[in-house]
Amino acid sequence: MPDDRIARLPERVLEMAMEHAEAAEVFYVEASNTPVRFEANRLKGIDANESAGMALRIIKDGRFGFSSTSNLEDPRLLVNAALETAPFGAQAKFTFPGPAVFPDVPVYNPSVNDLTLDRLVTLGESLVKNIRAVSHEVSVEGTVSRGISRIALVNSNGGRMRYAKSGFGAGFEGTVIRGEDMLFVHEGKSVVGAALDGGEIVSSIRRQLEWAKEIAPIDTGTMPVIFLASAVASVLLFPLLAGFNGRSVLQGTSPMVGKLGQRIVDPRFTLIDDATLPNVPSSRPADDEGVPSRRLPLIDHGFAANFYYDLQTAGLAGVSSTGSGERDLGSLPSPGTGVLIVEEGDAALEAMIRDIGDGLIVEGLLGAGQSNILGGDFNANVSLGYRIRGGRVVGRVKNAMVTGNAYRALNDIIAVGSESRWRGGGLRTPAIACAGIAVSAKE
Amino acid sequence: MHEGIRSQIEDALRNTGTDYVEVRVEEAESSHVRFRGSDLEEIGRSSGMGGSVRALAGGGWGFISFNDLDGLRDKVKLAVQQARIVGGEPVVMAPVPPVIDVVPPRVGSRNPAEVPLARKKAVLEQYARIMQGVEGVQSSSVNYGDGRRRVIFASSEGSYIDQERLDVSMRLSAMARNGGEVQQAGESLGSLGDFGFVESLHEQAREVAEKAVLLLKAPQVKGGEYTVILDPILAGVFIHEAFGHLSEADHIYAEPRLQELMVLGRKFGGPHLNVVDGAAVPALRGSFNYDDEGVAGTRTDLIREGVLVGRLHSRETAGKLGERPTGNARAISYRFPPIVRMTNTFIVPATNEPRDLFDGVKEGVYVKNWYGGMTSMEMFTFSAGEAHMIRDGKVAELCRPVMLSGNLFTTLHNLDMVANDLDMNQGGGCGKNGQSPMPVSNGSPHIRIRKTLIGGGAHAG
Repeated sequence: MPDDRIARLPERVLEMAMEHAEAAEVFYVEASNTPVRFEANRLKGIDANESAGMALRIIKDGRFGFSSTSNLEDPRLLVNAALETAPFGAQAKFTFPGPAVFPDVPVYNPSVNDLTLDRLVTLGESLVKNIRAVSHEVSVEGTVSRGISRIALVNSNGGRMRYAKSGFGAGFEGTVIRGEDMLFVHEGKSVVGAALDGGEIVSSIRRQLEWAKEIAPIDTGTMPVIFLASAVASVLLFPLLAGFNGRSVLQGTSPMVGKLGQRIVDPRFTLIDDATLPNVPSSRPADDEGVPSRRLPLIDHGFAANFYYDLQTAGLAGVSSTGSGERDLGSLPSPGTGVLIVEEGDAALEAMIRDIGDGLIVEGLLGAGQSNILGGDFNANVSLGYRIRGGRVVGRVKNAMVTGNAYRALNDIIAVGSESRWRGGGLRTPAIACAGIAVSAKE
Repeated sequence: MHEGIRSQIEDALRNTGTDYVEVRVEEAESSHVRFRGSDLEEIGRSSGMGGSVRALAGGGWGFISFNDLDGLRDKVKLAVQQARIVGGEPVVMAPVPPVIDVVPPRVGSRNPAEVPLARKKAVLEQYARIMQGVEGVQSSSVNYGDGRRRVIFASSEGSYIDQERLDVSMRLSAMARNGGEVQQAGESLGSLGDFGFVESLHEQAREVAEKAVLLLKAPQVKGGEYTVILDPILAGVFIHEAFGHLSEADHIYAEPRLQELMVLGRKFGGPHLNVVDGAAVPALRGSFNYDDEGVAGTRTDLIREGVLVGRLHSRETAGKLGERPTGNARAISYRFPPIVRMTNTFIVPATNEPRDLFDGVKEGVYVKNWYGGMTSMEMFTFSAGEAHMIRDGKVAELCRPVMLSGNLFTTLHNLDMVANDLDMNQGGGCGKNGQSPMPVSNGSPHIRIRKTLIGGGAHAG
């Protein structure tokens, strides 16, 4: 792609828009990525994707107009489309941020440019080989991918933001089929630079296969449950994030309305949104509206500390943006989190398993988030979970569901793990054990 | 798209020096409107232009996607180079005749592209007002989107298909709160190229809002196994998740053990169970003339009288398994290679009246509408938007929405009754391998399933 387009084009569109509008903002993204795909234990395909696009937000007669395009040849069309929507748009409740000083957040590492296709293929092949070495029953599929993106934002108040991001990741799934029984294990990892430790993926998959070796019975009832990192994310954090979204609070649909400063969960639980962490794939110097990133505690030792806002929601609520404006090219920004960190506790996983004695470990869930998450509820099939008996893991459970409420579960914490894991490039959490979780099982 | 695009594409496909190459070029336009509460939150328009090349060399695929259509011939070369790195046992694509065709969009009673933004906003605003006017509603949202997609598909085998489609989707949802308790209700709808249905949803908007309020007082179903009766909308989601995904041959074509489990002729249910998928079923969101490999859409029997008789294919999976291609290779946009997807999937109606299904059900759950659904092949979940207890064969009290869970190899055998009232669900969309939401439809008559696991608290209430 032309190197200087990111410098020229947004400025030109801004100028064109300002011939008609009171204020304007152009958000520009160009990205390239190279996924190398493996299927049935072998290399299957190599992709290379390049994309570029921009979004234009204008304020005219106090109202928003919005348009976006991936056709960069004729910016006039983009400006006209935004002008066309403005008479119907929402009333603007903020002004675009002016020039700002951004924190130094390294998210681009030029070493990803040295990742040739050969190196991606070699890494993937060694992962397939090493996972198969754990068990020859496993059929492996997965992707190794490298990507670079460049993001720019310019607005009519002098706000200017531009940065580049790099990423390198691998995600692999193993399938074991015995008769009519199917087992799926999965692990992934992503980093900003070229140093990716495939060994962590293999050892995690080895542990999952080990724990899932036998099938263990489970009955309907309530029991203590250890949620491993993925399950913490899908059943505990996502409902909380719906409740801490400034927009749900503004609309009065969050159970957290009026709870800021109050204790809402166990004091051992702290959740921080921090997109300023260096060398984390989801970090960023500024949000997608050009507001500098910051460290924002959402829940501080059990107390509701902050809600997260983009510019418009903050304007409507009479507060300030928390640097949490998130957008894809096709729509206006909305409140979104950057990098979520759950603070570690003091319990080693083995100790948690031993202390619980009789219960369940949940690793993967199917259908989490497809119930009333706004109210904090979770209700999902345990796609990968293990029965604990006599203080040790005795095997995998099947045909079981867990049901509960994130706020209540986090009030019933037994222990918070001492060791964290990254899930994707934007979430790090230890395992959390909660008491009294409802489990439904087939008879 | 400019005039010279055809010769540009055909030049790029000449003498590629490899087994197979296809080019897709796409032009898209969309508009969306969202109300939150009584206020318009967002209105916008998007447009896009881009293309992709997919090349096959021996056993490997190379795929590249781009926005800039210049230098198409070099892009073909690059895709071929990438495919050659892969190697392996050669892929045999099932043969299909080359097609040259132009397919204009299907337009219903009202063309969404011709409805002015002002009119769209005015219609949707009525629903926002209706929902906000229901006592006890804390907030609501109305989400509307329409899109036009024109895709040119050309292959080194001589196909050149210029196809256009219009997709309309819509969701109404309402939220009610009582202190720390929040409940929500919603309804998703859609159509292929018809704005008409969007104009008469006043009743649905009121019902959605009233339901959200009622749910605050509704008890929770006790977790466990129940006889459940599914309305046509949820039963459509059920068959999509419970069976549809595993009938997609890309899950099994490279895995001999899965092929054994999904062998044609295997019994999956009773003689009353018949399941069909097909893009050739007309005028639904999953309908089209040609898939993204240029294969004509068909109608495929998947289960006939309880027995597995067919599956959904791309040219590669059909070639590998020695079956006929079904025209189910779809890509959500030029940014992705086509993969095997469902189109319009449904359970064929039988002769029972819906009320017959309730006979003899002492305690069960009547589940309606949908919230979501997922599958990991053997296990699947689907969540209902609405649940009522069934007591002594009659629909009883409203309960909180439930999540249901099943197992591919047992749940269909427990499906013991099928009614006669087929209805198709056109809301939402399907996600697979990062391509979401793919426009599909699914449907069914009312069905009854024994011993279905429902997630819930240990005690009712």
